[in-house]
Amino acid sequence: MWKSLRMRTAITVIVCLVALFYLTPTLTSNLPPFWKENLPKETIHLGLDLQGGMHLVLEVDTEKAVESNAERLTNNLREAMMESRIRFKHIERTKGSSISLELPDSASQSAFERLIKEQYADLEQVGSEVVDGRHKVTLDIRSKRKDEIKKLAVEQSLETIRNRVDQFGISEPEIIPQAENRIIVQMPGVKDPGRAKNLIGRTALLEFKLVDEEHSLEEAIKGNIPEGDELLNEVRVDRQSGRRSTSPILLKSKTLLTGESLESATVQIGDRFGEPHVSLKFNSQGAADFERITGENIKKRLAIVLDGSVHSAPVIQERISGGNAQITGSFTMDEARDLAIVLRAGALPAPVNILEERTVGPSLGKDSIERGIWSILLGGIAVVVFMVVYYRLSGFVANLALLLNILLILGALAAFRATLTLPGIAGIVLVIGMAVDANVLIYERIREELRLGKTPRAAIEAGYAKAFLTIFDSNLTTLIAAFFLFGFGTGPIKGFAVTLSIGLVASMFTAVFVTRIVFDYFVWNRKLQTLSI
Amino acid sequence: MELIKQNMNLDFVGKMKIAFVASVVMIVVSILSIVVHGGLNYGIDFAGGTLVQIKFNAETPTEKIRSAFKPIGLENSIIQQVGPQEFVVRTHESSSDTKGLSGKIDDALTTAMGKGTFEIRRVEVVGPKVGKDLTNKAIWALVFSWIGMLVYIAFRFELRYALGGILALVHDTVITVGALSLLNKEFTLTIVAALLTIVGYSINDTIVIFDRIRENVRKNPRQPLGELINTSINQTLSRTILTSLTVLIVVVILFFLGGEVIHDFAFALIVGVIIGTYSSIFIAAQFVTVWERFRPAKKRKS
Repeated sequence: MWKSLRMRTAITVIVCLVALFYLTPTLTSNLPPFWKENLPKETIHLGLDLQGGMHLVLEVDTEKAVESNAERLTNNLREAMMESRIRFKHIERTKGSSISLELPDSASQSAFERLIKEQYADLEQVGSEVVDGRHKVTLDIRSKRKDEIKKLAVEQSLETIRNRVDQFGISEPEIIPQAENRIIVQMPGVKDPGRAKNLIGRTALLEFKLVDEEHSLEEAIKGNIPEGDELLNEVRVDRQSGRRSTSPILLKSKTLLTGESLESATVQIGDRFGEPHVSLKFNSQGAADFERITGENIKKRLAIVLDGSVHSAPVIQERISGGNAQITGSFTMDEARDLAIVLRAGALPAPVNILEERTVGPSLGKDSIERGIWSILLGGIAVVVFMVVYYRLSGFVANLALLLNILLILGALAAFRATLTLPGIAGIVLVIGMAVDANVLIYERIREELRLGKTPRAAIEAGYAKAFLTIFDSNLTTLIAAFFLFGFGTGPIKGFAVTLSIGLVASMFTAVFVTRIVFDYFVWNRKLQTLSI
Repeated sequence: MELIKQNMNLDFVGKMKIAFVASVVMIVVSILSIVVHGGLNYGIDFAGGTLVQIKFNAETPTEKIRSAFKPIGLENSIIQQVGPQEFVVRTHESSSDTKGLSGKIDDALTTAMGKGTFEIRRVEVVGPKVGKDLTNKAIWALVFSWIGMLVYIAFRFELRYALGGILALVHDTVITVGALSLLNKEFTLTIVAALLTIVGYSINDTIVIFDRIRENVRKNPRQPLGELINTSINQTLSRTILTSLTVLIVVVILFFLGGEVIHDFAFALIVGVIIGTYSSIFIAAQFVTVWERFRPAKKRKS
């Protein structure tokens, strides 16, 4: 008998020590060096609602990725057909990812079909009709390829956003893909949420295009945009007033160079006005292209287009070698810095939309922790007092179990690297209320048995035995509810399910196993004749 | 100390009819309230929208905030004071562009009251798409939790007990939601968490009684089921009330101290714990006697 009591005590002590062991890094910040090297140093991880930060759910607009792919293919196809002298008319991307064009005769038709077959395996012909002797053809990207493009777009977006967040300088960000085309971004301790969102959400597609100076801008504004041209807005900032104004500008749609050819982008301060600008350096291929493009287009204007608006369109004075360029515009220091980051990290392959945002400021998080601790303390004290008043000395035993329970919950949170959220704290408070239930069940049973005239020893034995099954059944059904809560919940609610579940399991150990040791000790070894219950 | 005197034998089964009428009334009132309010008052988690919590440095009247929102077209949003100089602003609009409504609110307040006179402490934006997802998930979570428990109780006890238990759960959920609707409280994600907790808590209570019935049936197989159930409820009564009390103490503390985020959650729990305790005593086990009347168990070992 002694032996088993000793064994049980040993198990209890070991379990508690393990919990304490995992909790140590949370309790004290100055750990001895040997601990830091070899032992767990994870502290209890606080959720964004407690430490402050930003939670974003982004959706990658994959349809747009397919569309821009189709746009590129249209431009490629136009050039390829011009090169191989196939006659055609009105090639354009129509709805979604389909491309339509007209072929005047059967010779060009067969040449066209050969070209598609040989060089554009991603495209398939989905429609053809003869109108007034001309052949109208509709092409579309094969659906398998479309899926590939979508998947790739999500993967690239994930990577790009990760790069941007890393460079923004946030400690321990989490960027997780979710479902088909969603990305969750968690950034603890963000100070300027608006800036962070802007940094993550902008497409940052940098393009170099020629300004069309041959056609009339007025005509284009009226709606007669020449074939192969596009009308964009140029953003101008007045240096004195800082006011932004936009004016339309006609560009050739062909993209000469994109941000993909960049090697780096850095912020530099201009000599004349002390204004920050972003200085670009092309990679070797990009530099060669840039040199060729500038050489071929001297005296023409080259537009720098960022996300569909023209930042500047300087006249090319001479062939530019060396692969350097710069984007000017009245940036603030932060704007220039963020632009450099997004250009370095690369463009998003498709626009992203923010589906969900939850931001908690650090001061609110601090408040929540304080309130949580107060709730735990007061709830705990109230229950402890209640138990002692109602069950006298046995109440103390139940309270011991309650304390151990809280210790185990916190230890488990640290060990499993679970996240403590505000609802998680509510879960702990609730567990305080519910954990004593096991002891209430046992004690009420023992009281009943005592009333039947049993000795304390027999009453304890019967009480524990009969109550155990009830405790097991009732806790298990609650666990089932917690399980669904976990499966369904988003961040904070998951935290509630976690603490509730851990608490329930721990209470099976503390309220049933541990308290029994105390009772057995007094009844077996101290030969207790009356129970204070 | 004892709350319930020993050998107390209250006639719960005899009061069954009153209890059933009371429950039906509560359920009808709940459903009526939901209908009259034109459905539940969905928070932004489900309906989509924007929530911004702002703390001002000085006393600020609601009208002043409202007039500050006029230029950005948000003067009709719900503005609720949640603490000294602290407000929560809710609107069902959401925007997916990166600046979003919170940025606009920030700008509008800065224009109206000056920089540094306030602090934006919390922003929640849920787009309509996510709202729909969350609604579906919430309904499934509740329904699956019911089914999960139904299966477990049917396995551990009998089907009729399981049906009684689940009936009590649905009863608790409907009445708690009804109470929220009566007070026009918002129905949010945390409320769903509260409902699932209530479900877990209420079934816990019910099982304790079922367990006692099962034990008593084994001991006295010849006694009529109604009597057995009544005895079992009485025997477990002090435990039922004690546990409910301790849980109630802590949720009341959460209600007063937990802060804005936890407030409604704690309120739902208070209602749920009370109704859950009531239903464990008056609905779950008693359903078994009703069932017995219509479909008597085939063989009871004699």
